[in-house]
Amino acid sequence: MKNQPKTIIDKLWDAHVVRQEDGYPAVLFIDAHLVHEVTSPQAFDGLRARGLPVFRTDRTWATMDHNVPTKDQHLPIKELLSRKQVEMLRNNCEAFGVRLYGLGHPWQGIVHVIGPELGITKPGMTIVCGDSHTSTHGAFGAMAFGIGTSEVEQVMASQCILQYKPKTMKIEVNGKLGTGVVSKDIILYIISKLSASGGTGYFVEYAGDTICSLSMEARMTICNMSIEMGARGGLIAPDETTYAYMKGREFMPKGDEWEKAVAYWKTLPTDEGASFDRVETFRAEDIEPMITYGTNPGMGIGISGSIPVPADLPSENDRKSLEKSLKYMGLTPGQRILGQRVDYVFFGSCTNSRIEDFRLAAQILKGRKKAPTVEAYLVPGSYQVMEQAKREGLDRVFAEAGFELRGAGCSACLGMNEDKIPAGKYCVSTSNRNFEGRQGPGARTMLASPLTAAATAIRGVVTDPREFL
Amino acid sequence: MKHRKLTVFTSTAVPLPDENIDTDQIIPARFLKATTREGFGENLFRDWRYNPDGTPKTEFVLNNPRYSGEILVVGKNFGCGSSREHAAWALVDYGFKAVVSSFFADIFKGNALNNSLLPIVVPEAFLQKLLTMVQEHPETKITVDLPKQTVSVEGTDLIHGFDINPYKKACLINGYDDIDYLMSLAGDIAAFEKARKQKFL
Repeated sequence: MKNQPKTIIDKLWDAHVVRQEDGYPAVLFIDAHLVHEVTSPQAFDGLRARGLPVFRTDRTWATMDHNVPTKDQHLPIKELLSRKQVEMLRNNCEAFGVRLYGLGHPWQGIVHVIGPELGITKPGMTIVCGDSHTSTHGAFGAMAFGIGTSEVEQVMASQCILQYKPKTMKIEVNGKLGTGVVSKDIILYIISKLSASGGTGYFVEYAGDTICSLSMEARMTICNMSIEMGARGGLIAPDETTYAYMKGREFMPKGDEWEKAVAYWKTLPTDEGASFDRVETFRAEDIEPMITYGTNPGMGIGISGSIPVPADLPSENDRKSLEKSLKYMGLTPGQRILGQRVDYVFFGSCTNSRIEDFRLAAQILKGRKKAPTVEAYLVPGSYQVMEQAKREGLDRVFAEAGFELRGAGCSACLGMNEDKIPAGKYCVSTSNRNFEGRQGPGARTMLASPLTAAATAIRGVVTDPREFL
Repeated sequence: MKHRKLTVFTSTAVPLPDENIDTDQIIPARFLKATTREGFGENLFRDWRYNPDGTPKTEFVLNNPRYSGEILVVGKNFGCGSSREHAAWALVDYGFKAVVSSFFADIFKGNALNNSLLPIVVPEAFLQKLLTMVQEHPETKITVDLPKQTVSVEGTDLIHGFDINPYKKACLINGYDDIDYLMSLAGDIAAFEKARKQKFL
């Protein structure tokens, strides 16, 4: 049925199925495989044990991000296990002929920041990485998703992966965003409505005029957090904003090839009349700056709101979950979130560490000083973002406000390196996960946008960014 | 890599009714620096299981001598969050063969299946019955029959079927992994690459 209207998700899926046998998962071809130090060592070892090469080195890129220090990156890594893991990636990439943008390389950075930045990420691609936030690349109209290490090995061995076709969901956001409301607020709002498991089994297309009006960097923030509602991935159809961002980047096609590529990419958006398994619709006007109060990303509220009261919840399981979360967070049911003491602020992670995120933060921090009680990590997503911030003089804005711009990496988002939040301390973080202990054992994370994080850093308590705008 | 084979096994179970248990709880990020698949069991549920000084938290179920076994029974949305396969490795290394819940996060489920750890999805009501039974009677024995695709409680009429893709079922019963299958498809993969028009992708 050639003329059957299809969603962009179906089009991407169909274009990559190498084989589909009855009773078997589909064999899906992978266009780009991104590799980092934490989830690859066992996969490289697996290849070695079987005597296999990396099948398509031209489709494989590696960087160092999860485990690297963000200070003194030119010096040997102090922590022994981290150093060994990073060295192992270097040795593996050399042995298997995989490109590596390691520490000190001008293209080094968080894997989901450098992919788009270098033009590796393209519409119509399948992209995988041993990291759940691979959904970030969906912002370009790619089918991108996180995989485990066994699957990393499969892709290295065959450039294919076994997958079950996900159900499709359209999430539409329409209308005009209010002052101080940015893409991070949109996605935290959506997850708060659908819950941390509400998207499981689905691949999501974000659509609607609000989504279409967003910059590429803002779109990446939204797609990045698709996994936080359990979705396999999330994407946004490519449009003129996408092409303008991509054109001329290192790994993009050039000249005639570029024109051919754009012509193909224009066939990708969902056809009129195509049906999704599920549709959810939201109004931009209903969204205010968001912040989380609990221990999963679905536990978010508008910043002027109050923390839910367990007794108000319908199910016993929900009441228990909320009580456990609030106990961990040291917060009181019914408490207003505004004014809550904050000890740390973290700007960074694959969710919000791009140049626009730092521009947003600078908009509020310019000419102001952070509260003396607040400690801050300001960690760009890539070496290129760091250089760009310096060219724009943002490092001086941050320095005058009392912040130090660090080297690129995942940093305090997951606390694998020394950038950790101490036990019991509150951190307003622009990252993606507020799980127990995520930013360090006992750390209490509240997720928010770069604007909210900046406003909070100034006051030392949870602050509505609209006060400064 | 060849995996252990799973067919029919009977064991007591460990109940952990919490919902939305994420992979950061199963194995915190600071333990992901290891470069092999072994040894993660000792840090399974590390921060729920041990105090910062390394002493066991007596209230946590893995430290309760009443509960043990090869089957973990958990609340819904188990394994959400990070894609780290280390979570599946930690559960296997600790000694679990199956995890029973009403709902698993996608990536975790795939990782479990790739490591001979059987994720068994049962309806919420059945799960709650199972949790209560195991909590109140730690000696309760559960039988998992992979060929028949059933989970049942010994000495009762409590039994439920579960779904599993026939291909994955065969892999688990025989100890095969996906690379064996993928490597057999080299011809298909080459043909796909050759036929492809979008060389710019």
